[in-house]
Amino acid sequence: MNTTPSSSDFILQVEHLSMKFGGLVAIGDLSFQARRGEITALIGPNGAGKTTVFNCITGFYKPTEGMITLNKRDGSTYLLERLPNHEIPARANVARTFQNIRLFSGMTLLENLLVAQHNKLMKASGYTFLGLFGFPSYRQASAESIELARHWLEKADLVDRADDPAGDLPYGAQRRLEIARAMCTGPELLCLDEPAAGLNPRESAALNELLMDIKNSTSILLIEHDMSVVMQISDHVVVLEYGRKISDGSPQTVRTDPRVIAAYLGVDDEEVQEVLVEVGDEDVIEQLDTGPDSAHGPGNSASMMAGPVSDTFEHADEGERVTVSKGASKAAQVDARAASIARKPQPAAKPAAKSSTAKAAPKKPAAKETAAKPTAGKPGGRK
Amino acid sequence: MAATVSPERDVVAPPIQRAFREGLYAGAIALGLFVLFIGLRTDQNISNELILVQRWLLLALVVIATAVGRFLYVGYAQPAMERAKAEKAKAPAVVAEPGFVRRNFNKIGIVVLLLYPIAMVLAFGFQGSLKWVDNFGIQILIYVMLAWGLNIVVGLAGLLDLGYVAFYAVGAYAYALLGTHFGLSFWILLPAAGCMAAFWGVMLGFPVLRLRGDYLAIVTLAFGEIIRLVIINWREVTNGSAGISGIPKVSFFGLMSFNVSDPNYIAKVLHIAQSGAYYKIFLYYLILALCFLTAFVTIRLRRLPVGRAWEALREDEIACRSLGINTTTTKLTAFATGAMFGGFAGSFFAARQGFVSPESFVFLESAIILAIVVLGGMGSLGGIAVAALVMIGGTEILRELGFLKVVFGPDFTPELYRMLLFGMAMVIVMLWKPRGFVGSREPTAFLKERRAVSGSFTKEGHG
Repeated sequence: MNTTPSSSDFILQVEHLSMKFGGLVAIGDLSFQARRGEITALIGPNGAGKTTVFNCITGFYKPTEGMITLNKRDGSTYLLERLPNHEIPARANVARTFQNIRLFSGMTLLENLLVAQHNKLMKASGYTFLGLFGFPSYRQASAESIELARHWLEKADLVDRADDPAGDLPYGAQRRLEIARAMCTGPELLCLDEPAAGLNPRESAALNELLMDIKNSTSILLIEHDMSVVMQISDHVVVLEYGRKISDGSPQTVRTDPRVIAAYLGVDDEEVQEVLVEVGDEDVIEQLDTGPDSAHGPGNSASMMAGPVSDTFEHADEGERVTVSKGASKAAQVDARAASIARKPQPAAKPAAKSSTAKAAPKKPAAKETAAKPTAGKPGGRK
Repeated sequence: MAATVSPERDVVAPPIQRAFREGLYAGAIALGLFVLFIGLRTDQNISNELILVQRWLLLALVVIATAVGRFLYVGYAQPAMERAKAEKAKAPAVVAEPGFVRRNFNKIGIVVLLLYPIAMVLAFGFQGSLKWVDNFGIQILIYVMLAWGLNIVVGLAGLLDLGYVAFYAVGAYAYALLGTHFGLSFWILLPAAGCMAAFWGVMLGFPVLRLRGDYLAIVTLAFGEIIRLVIINWREVTNGSAGISGIPKVSFFGLMSFNVSDPNYIAKVLHIAQSGAYYKIFLYYLILALCFLTAFVTIRLRRLPVGRAWEALREDEIACRSLGINTTTTKLTAFATGAMFGGFAGSFFAARQGFVSPESFVFLESAIILAIVVLGGMGSLGGIAVAALVMIGGTEILRELGFLKVVFGPDFTPELYRMLLFGMAMVIVMLWKPRGFVGSREPTAFLKERRAVSGSFTKEGHG
């Protein structure tokens, strides 16, 4: 574990994390840190492996390699990759939300928040036996838990609907409720998977406010596609593409990083066209079309639909390794472009496109394969 | 107003014509259909020859009944229903204030249950009340208890269990074997049987933890069959298909006995006339108390974290895990608690019958218990109690169809139609109330006011 004094600044340290599904490398050798009391954003094009990182941190997947260290405020450290799934929220105090909202829709808002305090109440109820006979200690704990629930309902601006079923709420309110529910577990690190997806600008602004408020007590790790949210509230941004980190830094530095611009915000239209003409392959069109998708909503990503660890884990020891063709990674294109510019000083666009197509063309079958995989519903799908 | 009246008159006139026409058509179709079914019947005469019996009168009656029925339905019933619907739509949506009966349903139910045997004794005398207290009262209450036990597993935790009768069997055999071999009292063996069943509930729970939905249902179904087959084939212990007889009766906490030969026989202690009805009435109150215990525990558990975790598990298992709930132990406690109540009911059943055999624990029993839970509305105790009353009381009351012999002639055996009528009734109920009698869910905690959660939001669980 980390004994260096500086490590306590970081609430979460991810080191050399790899996650393979069979031959598919969803995350390859990823290392980053999240500072305590900050909002760390994890961004990247669709299928970059962001949700897979979340699933590794919160124990839904067991990573193939690597170490995930959580440093709690009281100085204790937990190796999250070793904890069973349900103990990560219970002992390491890491809470999460889901990309496709997972509320207990038939239970009221209040009940949703009470379920989140399960472990605390379980102890207070003497593992059911004291509570069954109505011991006063349990009654008091129960009243306290309702107070905590009310606190978070007020923060999420949902207190008026506390006795309505969660399934009855509008979409934006469900998102806020899911965050409130995660907060009721008393987390030190809150992992939010696309909290702003499907929200209108006003709801999105309200969400920013809520997150800034939470930030005072809890560190946040955030996956987000909505750049306005990311740039406004995050203190630190990590950019993934094809399961690898391509940039890491403050929002400003990341925004100006050419690799990020190429990978995340897309390549110039003319360039894309040129590539298409030269390659003439529709699969490559899909490969390149990975810019931020305004129509993207929850449920588009297949990551959470992937089965439990056991479904996928048994394939993980197979030796084969499919890496994405270099032509597909736009960050790599930028690198190649930089190299070619160094070689012959010409207008940047043409040689860059050529060099990338030159690399892409011989590996066309590989590109096809990777494009086909997500559509086949492979876990941790990547495009 | 006039504008709405005049078209109505226009509309009313044609339906009579149309009804007349449709009545004729229906009669014609009935004639075509039934001329060979009813009009002609093949039979054997004394010399074993095949002869045709002609029943033109019966045919005519059936055809006329069909035609008249169709005529009345199209001409009067249909317009009346439409008018009622239109009026209902026109009337402002008034939230009906629940009536006195509905508001105090539980209290009334408890009072009725407590007074039931007394009322029966007063109405029919000790001997006459036997049938009503035993066949109806005790029988229904056993199923109420079983269904409430299964409700914990299926209704709350959302784990579909098709082999619940196995725990019933474990409880019954636990009491039967320990009671006959070691002469232990019912009051010791009742908790023992519950523990035994809970143990087997955990035993079943472990292998099926990873299964969901259909797969879980199949494994639990197999478990129920395994227990039954073990009971049939393990002759040295269970006496196989012949069953165990001479199971000791329950005593009144050892103070009074219900065996006529015992010195502390109840009639001798209290100096009253001998009657078999005392035991039945005692058993009635015993099973009633066990039912109340089940209901009390269920209601309490729902308000405890473990009960909320069961319901959360039914709603979304992945979200449960993300909140730090140990789904393994939560599922196991649901299986164990449900099984425990099955075991209690089983030991009571053995004590009441005085005889157990594997015949009593076939799959049909599991299916009936599950049907009661589904029919009553998963998770709702009141609805399930009503469903048990309808299902078990209904099948019992259908035995009393003797009056139909007057209608259909003396060779009519109404018992044969019992299950048919019963099945039809179930189909109708499921069409009319697809989420059971009580489709809504009562929240376990509230901030301002307790509002029932509509059944359309709750999930049935994935197994």
